[in-house]
Amino acid sequence: MHPAFSVIFLTTLIGVGQGLFLALFTVESYAAFDLLPKQASRFYALGSLVALGFLVAGLIASFFHLGHPERAWRSAAKWRTSWLSREVIVLPAFMGAVFLYGAAHFGGFNPVLATLPSGAPVNVTAILGVAGTALAFALFICTGMIYACLRFLQEWHTPLTVINYILLGGASGFVLTTALAAFAAPGVAGFLGGWAIILTTLAFIGRAAALLRNARLRPKSTLRTAIGVKHPRIVQKAQGAMGGSFNTREFFHGRTAGFLRQVKWVFLLMAFILPLGLLAGGFAAAAFVAQYLGLLAERWFFFAQANHPQNLYYQAVS
Amino acid sequence: MPDTTAPIREVKKTTCYMCACRCGIRVHLEDGRVRYIDGNPEHPLNQGVICAKGSSGIMKQYSPARLTKPLLRKPGAERGAGAFEPISWEQAFSILSERLAKIRASDPKKFALFTGRDQMQALTGLFARQFGTPNYAAHGGFCSVNMAAGMIYTIGGSFWEFGGPDLDRAKLFVMIGTAEDHHSNPMKIALSKFKRNGGRFVSINPVRTGYSAIADEWVPIRPGTDGALLLAIIHEIIAQGLYDRDFLVRYTNAGQLVNLDEKSDEFGMFLRTEVPEEEGCFDPQNKLWWDRAANKPVVTHTEGCDPYLLGEFKLSDGTPVKPSFQLLQERVKDYTPEWAEGLTGIPAATIRRLAQEMGVTARDQKIELPIAWTDSWGKDHDTVTGNPVAFHAMRGLAAHSNGFHTIRALAILMSLLGTIDRPGGFRHKAPFPRPIPPCAKTPNTPLAVKPNSPLDGMALGWPAEPDDLFVDEAGKPVRIDKAFSWEYPLSVHGLMHNVITNAWRGDPYHIDTLLIFMANMAWNSTMNTAEVRKMLNDKDEQGEYRIPFIAVCDAFQSEMTAFADLVLPDTTYLERHDVMSMLDRPISEFDGPVDSVRIPVLPPTGECKPFQEVLIELGTRLKLPAFTTKEGVRKYRDYPDFIVNYETEPGSGIGFLAGWRGRGGEKFMRGEPNPRQWEMYSQNDCVYHHELPKSYQYMRNWNQGYLDWSQRSRITRYAEPILIHLYSEVLQKFRLAAQGKGITRKPPEHLKRRIETYFDPLPFYFDPLEVQATDTRQYPLAAVTQRPMAMYHSWDSQNAWLRQIHAHNYLFVNARTARLAGIDDGDWIRVESQWGKVRCMARHSEAVEPGTVWTWNAIGKAAGAWNLTPDANESRLGFLLNHVISEELPEGGRRISNSDPITGQAAWYDVRVRISKVSPGETAETSPQFAPLKPYPGQEERKSLWSFVAGRRP
Amino acid sequence: MTQLALVIDLNVCVGCHACVTSCKEWNTSGQAGPLTDFNPYGADPTGTFFNRVQTFEVGEFPNTETVHFPKSCLHCEEPPCVPVCPTGASYKRKEDGIVLVDYDKCIGCKYCSWACPYGAREIDEQQKVMKKCTLCVDRIYDQSLPEIDRKPACVKACPTSARLFGDVHDPDSEVSKAIRESGGYQLMPEWGTQPANHYLPRRKTQLRIFDDELVRADNPLKIEGRLPKPAKSEPSLDDVTSW
Repeated sequence: MHPAFSVIFLTTLIGVGQGLFLALFTVESYAAFDLLPKQASRFYALGSLVALGFLVAGLIASFFHLGHPERAWRSAAKWRTSWLSREVIVLPAFMGAVFLYGAAHFGGFNPVLATLPSGAPVNVTAILGVAGTALAFALFICTGMIYACLRFLQEWHTPLTVINYILLGGASGFVLTTALAAFAAPGVAGFLGGWAIILTTLAFIGRAAALLRNARLRPKSTLRTAIGVKHPRIVQKAQGAMGGSFNTREFFHGRTAGFLRQVKWVFLLMAFILPLGLLAGGFAAAAFVAQYLGLLAERWFFFAQANHPQNLYYQAVS
Repeated sequence: MPDTTAPIREVKKTTCYMCACRCGIRVHLEDGRVRYIDGNPEHPLNQGVICAKGSSGIMKQYSPARLTKPLLRKPGAERGAGAFEPISWEQAFSILSERLAKIRASDPKKFALFTGRDQMQALTGLFARQFGTPNYAAHGGFCSVNMAAGMIYTIGGSFWEFGGPDLDRAKLFVMIGTAEDHHSNPMKIALSKFKRNGGRFVSINPVRTGYSAIADEWVPIRPGTDGALLLAIIHEIIAQGLYDRDFLVRYTNAGQLVNLDEKSDEFGMFLRTEVPEEEGCFDPQNKLWWDRAANKPVVTHTEGCDPYLLGEFKLSDGTPVKPSFQLLQERVKDYTPEWAEGLTGIPAATIRRLAQEMGVTARDQKIELPIAWTDSWGKDHDTVTGNPVAFHAMRGLAAHSNGFHTIRALAILMSLLGTIDRPGGFRHKAPFPRPIPPCAKTPNTPLAVKPNSPLDGMALGWPAEPDDLFVDEAGKPVRIDKAFSWEYPLSVHGLMHNVITNAWRGDPYHIDTLLIFMANMAWNSTMNTAEVRKMLNDKDEQGEYRIPFIAVCDAFQSEMTAFADLVLPDTTYLERHDVMSMLDRPISEFDGPVDSVRIPVLPPTGECKPFQEVLIELGTRLKLPAFTTKEGVRKYRDYPDFIVNYETEPGSGIGFLAGWRGRGGEKFMRGEPNPRQWEMYSQNDCVYHHELPKSYQYMRNWNQGYLDWSQRSRITRYAEPILIHLYSEVLQKFRLAAQGKGITRKPPEHLKRRIETYFDPLPFYFDPLEVQATDTRQYPLAAVTQRPMAMYHSWDSQNAWLRQIHAHNYLFVNARTARLAGIDDGDWIRVESQWGKVRCMARHSEAVEPGTVWTWNAIGKAAGAWNLTPDANESRLGFLLNHVISEELPEGGRRISNSDPITGQAAWYDVRVRISKVSPGETAETSPQFAPLKPYPGQEERKSLWSFVAGRRP
Repeated sequence: MTQLALVIDLNVCVGCHACVTSCKEWNTSGQAGPLTDFNPYGADPTGTFFNRVQTFEVGEFPNTETVHFPKSCLHCEEPPCVPVCPTGASYKRKEDGIVLVDYDKCIGCKYCSWACPYGAREIDEQQKVMKKCTLCVDRIYDQSLPEIDRKPACVKACPTSARLFGDVHDPDSEVSKAIRESGGYQLMPEWGTQPANHYLPRRKTQLRIFDDELVRADNPLKIEGRLPKPAKSEPSLDDVTSW
């Protein structure tokens, strides 16, 4: 596939936003059970603001992908069948939840609504946090399923796609939260840093697993099935257009296999190994920058590696 | 109230001209813009279908390559630079008519008119003849004249407009040497029906594309060796006795006795009875057979006699004689399949099998149609028999210097199988068959060219003997292209490909004005393109152009227009009247004559004027007798008026259109001019189709009913049978002259051997002349072109849709051949012949014979031509193979056209090349390159984005 | 339930591209149009087409088949492009099975094209909406056209009648018969998309000649006394045996 920068930014940016929110609410939940020191509301409000910033930026990026952004509202229509439609619904819902969560913290509007049997209070931000968490996961699933549901894009058609969206988004969010905590909530920085390392490691494993899986894929479609001629040697001579077409622009990355390999090593280094080292060394901000750049490469690779069966029909001109 | 917002929709019928097929089309207009062009279901030719080109007519009509104003080369600008200033038509006409009037008054042959793929040769030929110049021809000489001449000199008809395979009834169809060219839609329609009906389709071609792709069997063959294959098949057919003896005896000259007395002036000629015959343009039935029963010579077709086809006999006076079939058998004796295998690359077993398939199918799957007819000797037949083996061939056989004999071999094979004008075989189309050779003749003396007089004879004709040649006392050519001279005696379509070179060199003489219509002689229609471009621009010692004045009429900004001094903007086919005339090349069907017209569906663009109007205006201004009265007054208002009222002779009743003649349109072929003729064509799908009675539809060479009808309709002068010339006396007459025999003219010394060698009355195989002149170890590969179905004949407008399909071209190389040369798929390579070289990209292919490389024809363009951007694919990545093909070959210190020595057919496909990878670092661009052309005044700006919508958006 | 579709006969397709440009021509000024071209007269010209003809070489010389392969939207019975569309712009008509795009609803997200394994959809870079073959839905029901013209433009144009059009659910239709009797198949069956369009494979006609068919009583060579017959002087058993 041709990696579109709009989608690369959309998915990586909202991933950070989702992860960041999850990190915030993790801290708040732990704190609610006194497993972590209580943090000032300001930390959650700030965190929510940053998360929202990433989500809005992602949303803006997504508009660049559309031929008719003014009609984007229409895309909520087919939520029964389309993961994209679901994403379109869940993303603003999640943004709303993040906003309310941040606003509640910022405005100090956080009355206790109930008390758990254990005695832990259930206040407004907890409810909003649980809702936000559910929506964050729903959004991860929607985003992942947009790709994973396309069964003939075999590189994507695996649970690993959804898992990796969760892990990569989660990791990047936790890394960023760690960096935020370094000055806004130093008390939880270590806790967050630990989770950031765990999630980055899990994401590394998940992504490596996907790489290993994809390396062993055998394309289900071949020229034999594509044109229905049973012969081991079929070579295209002409695709019917010599100046290129939508089919050659949208579905090919246009780079060499060597370039693709290089990108793979770059993202493995930048998104996982380097951030792990930097996190271990306590340089969370640098870790985030490295990891985010790495994720851009990772996402570029994610698209580029996906080999669309339509490409069988677009191999040669003459 | 009428809805004023609704688009105005109209449907107008006319005839397509995106290629030379001439399909019937319906042009759907919306608010005066072409919205949709589809095939006319009522049209006999295309029956409603349309091809890629026809469907892209919109993009031709609205092409920015269109010329819209008459243009005069800017003073001081070089030819080829394309620097012009617009002038008025009045200026254009006065420049031309003043110049031409001077020429006509002094030496009319200094004016040459050569036309390309036009369909108005009857008019252009008339104009040239009236002007008085012998220097006229259309593009047939570099197209497929061998196909016309080889078959017409043998069976009196040929493929395409002249005749074709009857695939409705054929069981076996062999297509040999078609470069995806003629015919287009009718062939596609017939081929698919044929395949669906279970027919077996064999394609013999170096390349497997297009039609060959759907063949049941592809037989790859080395280019130029088709003659060897056909002769080997004939060998096998005769050896196995698989020929149709009855057909040969009655309908060919197989049984006629040939004089074999080497001392006689009549050596190699048929023996004739003493009975004096009326002289005329026909084959008198005064030859002899050797009767089997009486064992003595008898006049052919004597009732109750049956001749020997084989054997040798002695006449009472001791003259040794043999039936011509015996000579044919002797000729092919050594042409064994094993011999042919070495030349063609086709295994001998395959050749044998092909011969047997043909012979057995023809013999065992006979068709009997219950159609009674009477033959020329008065014998009534209850049925029409068919031997269902059909052939089609075109440029692949024709465009070789040995093509004439190859095509004679094909025609002979078709005759041996008994398939001529019979169901399931080859069928003629009116006005064919013609006498062998047809009656039209050129003058045979330079005296026919006189100041201020029409030419005394036709500019093109069909020589029957040396005395018909158009040469002077010394045997030198009268025509600028040396057609009908001893160099190419039977060059029945002229040699357009040598006109520029000859005129530039002044051999045989210099000319003053060259008028070119619709032929891209500075690019894809010329051989040796780069040099010819220099010749067009070359000046003599006095600084005058060697070709002093060049006028070009074209609808588009071709490479050739850039070399013109005067450019005349032609209309497109949608803006003009045209006739597909019985006098020229009609679109007849097997079942009878058909002619058709174009009727404008749009007004002319800008100041465009149809070339016919230009000719009529010029003819009127020059006071040519056909266009003015004795008093010098204009006879015809315009072209439509000319078409209606012109008669070949006053009161002849024969004009350009055959349909709806007579005052009220009640007559056909002959009749007084009908003032409502155009209207009647218009009301009848622009086509007139005269279906013959069934009994006149077959065996027309010898069908008395048909021949009488044809004579009554003035299609022919004589209703005499047209016997197939297995053995060609015409060729023998030239050979005898070369041997110094007889009282005819004799060839000049230096051409005697050439004539004696190639004018063999029976087909023989020789390596193409260029191959003989090539070190084939240095240049081992044959290079040919194929015509892309989506582009062929439509490469005249750089159509926005079609060029997306073929934007540039590759050289296709057999993958193994390429790998041996170290060439990878897509590599930049150099293609070199001994004449020139090009740089291009290679494409590996498994669908090409290993000794052949090929490319799509005419995709490469000069930068900026056709109003393409200078960086367009056509010029940067596309290439023209013509650069490695020479228009001349050295011969004994002289230069002679790279053509068939008999017909002057351009030998495009004889070139031999070598290929190599370019050095690393070389520019990734094809070569040669030329300075980019700029748009001319009056050309529409080219769009960089086009959302074409006809009419208003709904 | 009707399912309109094309059946494309590769046995007779000669790769002439008539279907390609006739489609472009009809549709650029039709309901589906315009079909924009970029650089129509410049480098790398490119435009929207609903139908392309491709060429493949099968096998190795000399046993090579050249296959011309027209490809347009296959109007799948289980069209993967439809459920993924977030706006419902991409839809399959119940009444005739044609898969269409409602340009007014399309947001140009291209997701449907990703979901099509065949590459049948092309975005119009000018109008920014997804376009595709409509089976000339603006022709086939147009009562103002004569019956024989109510066909997709490509079908009407095809000189070899390699394109059949009809209802593949009607067992008696021409297309169903062709699929049944000539080995009609679907593209990429592995994805379960159930393309409505089918292709008919190459079919070969062979001729078998038996040796004894070459030996005939009425061989014309016999008339000439030229059938191979040994000369009397050639050696025979008479020369060497006396019994």
